[in-house]
Amino acid sequence: MSTAPSEAICEVAVPNREGLHARPVMRFVDLASRFRAEVTVSNISGSKERVDGKSAMQMMLLEAVQGAVLRIEARGEDAAEAVKALAALVSKSFGMYAPNEGQAASNPPGGPSDP
Amino acid sequence: MEILRGTSVAPGAVIGEAVILEAEEYRIPYRTVAADRVDDELKLLAEAIRNSIEELGKQAEWLNTHLGRDAANIFDWHVGVLKDERLRSQIETLIREKHAATAHATSVVMRNYQRRFLQMNDPLLVERIRDVQDIERRLLRHILGESREDLTHLSKPAVLIAHDLTPTQGAQLADTKVVGVALDVGASTSHTAILLRSLGRPGVIGLNDVSIRVSGGDTVIIDGSNQLVIINPDEATLNEYRSRQEAFVRFSTELDALTHLPAVTRDGHRIELYANIEFPHEAKVGASKGATGIGLYRTEFLFLMPSGAPSEQEQYEAYCEAIRGANGRPITIRTFDLGADKYTQQRRFEQERNPMLGLRSIRFSLQNLDQFKVQLRAILRAAAVGSVRLMFPLINSLMEFRQAKMTLYDAMEDLEDEGQEVRRDLAVGMMLETPAAAIQVKEFCREVDFISIGTNDLVQYVLAVDRGNEQVSQYYSPSHPAVLRLLRDVLRACTRARVDCSLCGEMAGRPLYTMFLIGIGLRTLSMAPANIPEIKKLIRLTSLTHMERIARRVLTFDTERQVNNYLRDETRKLLPEDPI
Repeated sequence: MSTAPSEAICEVAVPNREGLHARPVMRFVDLASRFRAEVTVSNISGSKERVDGKSAMQMMLLEAVQGAVLRIEARGEDAAEAVKALAALVSKSFGMYAPNEGQAASNPPGGPSDP
Repeated sequence: MEILRGTSVAPGAVIGEAVILEAEEYRIPYRTVAADRVDDELKLLAEAIRNSIEELGKQAEWLNTHLGRDAANIFDWHVGVLKDERLRSQIETLIREKHAATAHATSVVMRNYQRRFLQMNDPLLVERIRDVQDIERRLLRHILGESREDLTHLSKPAVLIAHDLTPTQGAQLADTKVVGVALDVGASTSHTAILLRSLGRPGVIGLNDVSIRVSGGDTVIIDGSNQLVIINPDEATLNEYRSRQEAFVRFSTELDALTHLPAVTRDGHRIELYANIEFPHEAKVGASKGATGIGLYRTEFLFLMPSGAPSEQEQYEAYCEAIRGANGRPITIRTFDLGADKYTQQRRFEQERNPMLGLRSIRFSLQNLDQFKVQLRAILRAAAVGSVRLMFPLINSLMEFRQAKMTLYDAMEDLEDEGQEVRRDLAVGMMLETPAAAIQVKEFCREVDFISIGTNDLVQYVLAVDRGNEQVSQYYSPSHPAVLRLLRDVLRACTRARVDCSLCGEMAGRPLYTMFLIGIGLRTLSMAPANIPEIKKLIRLTSLTHMERIARRVLTFDTERQVNNYLRDETRKLLPEDPI
């Protein structure tokens, strides 16, 4: 008996001042890659094109600035979990400024220093 | 099919396979592979990705240890891209479905992404192009192995695509199967353009991003006559160009037939058509195109070679080769005109803010007297083997000319003291290429043996436009009435003073201006050898009376547009089908 793949959608705004640059992209992609579901993301404040959420290259193309709303969609067994985790990551500024992260100090928020 | 517009440096159209000249001179040798090689190509890709990631890991480690986490972070995204499954499957699809060679497939996919970054609004994101290019280069290096094939090993006609060309690279093209060139940068009178023109192969420059838009192995048409580059043309376009190519070959052959005929107007006035050369061996090329002399030998190319500053003996040998190549015909050697070009600027401690107005050319020479004297000695010694004239560039004041001449006399004396015979009657002249020189032309006429107008620089100084800046290239035009009036005044003064005056800027080689230039009194035009036959054809079709009338009419116009329209119409009447 086949199970219909589950789907989940969520929309969340990018809180970081510098938007979706290299480090946020990598954190998102690393997390998304842990799930089996297919993940697609689109920037509904921008080009609205759907990209692969596990692709470092494509996620960079979203051109999501601070305040841009990302639409995260997942399809597959753990779709709901995936979307929940990813939305949480985004809303917490990709975990970049959490006080218990040792790296936060060496990576202060501020655009151009983020490669 | 993609069509890009740029600036033409040489006419004609060619069809060829693209060879991309990377900064490290990689070349993607072929576009597709046989079906049975597909698996090997896929393995090659997997290995290249693995090795690239490993290499990055080591570099990140090094950076982390020596410069800290932040620096190492730079590579995190690079690693992310290399591990990107979606990217990888895009490359694999090309390999599997189109039998693309790994290198070609990688290049196509990476360049597609580069193009998308180019379209971003956020300037920081646009910078990602550099990263993607870097990743592409790294992958290619692993795919192609360290072997960097140079252009001399091309097996079939290729079209060279690059961001820019150093003079060395340009000079090397002569011996290769490169049939056409397209560059991102370049304005039509830069050294690169001059080189390309002398190669006589179609070239289009100032294309901005052609080096990203083309992938190695793509079919590319370089249409130098229409200033177009067409990437992966469709069948209809290909056919059209193939038949155009045939027509162009016919046209060139027709022009070649004029080689041994003199450039004489219908009413019997002879015009000397000379060649501009950059390398000694080109003297012969000039002769083969019908040049009756060398109006300008640009000696600075000796200094732009990777081996560095040439010795007196090396210079002497080069000058002798050029003089012998001229075969008894007059040759004018110009002393170094270096300093404003980026190659010498890059070697300076501090780059000048305004190189075009800075320490260049004769100013540089007069502040580096030892080097200047070495060149002068070499020219003086070489002058013994032919009919040589010596010319100083960018002379801007009488004092400057006198100083340069004094240095020349010093060199003459030194040589005589050493027992060498020196021609004291060597004709010494100047390039007239600044407004000051033009304004004081009467005074200069009393001190120089001859004048050669360098319109390339003259136009830029008179119109206050940097001829090397593509962003303002539309302001740089010899058709500006101020330029034309100035030329008329200079010619008038020279004619009155009976001082030989010629013109050696790019303007001389453009049929559009021929009738005007001769009409105001020029009797010697010096140009890239490839342009000589067409100019000769035009001269033989018309009379001096007609040209003088044209010149008078042109000088009544107020705007560039009127000048261009009029000259275009009048020139078309004589050269209806020729690509002007």
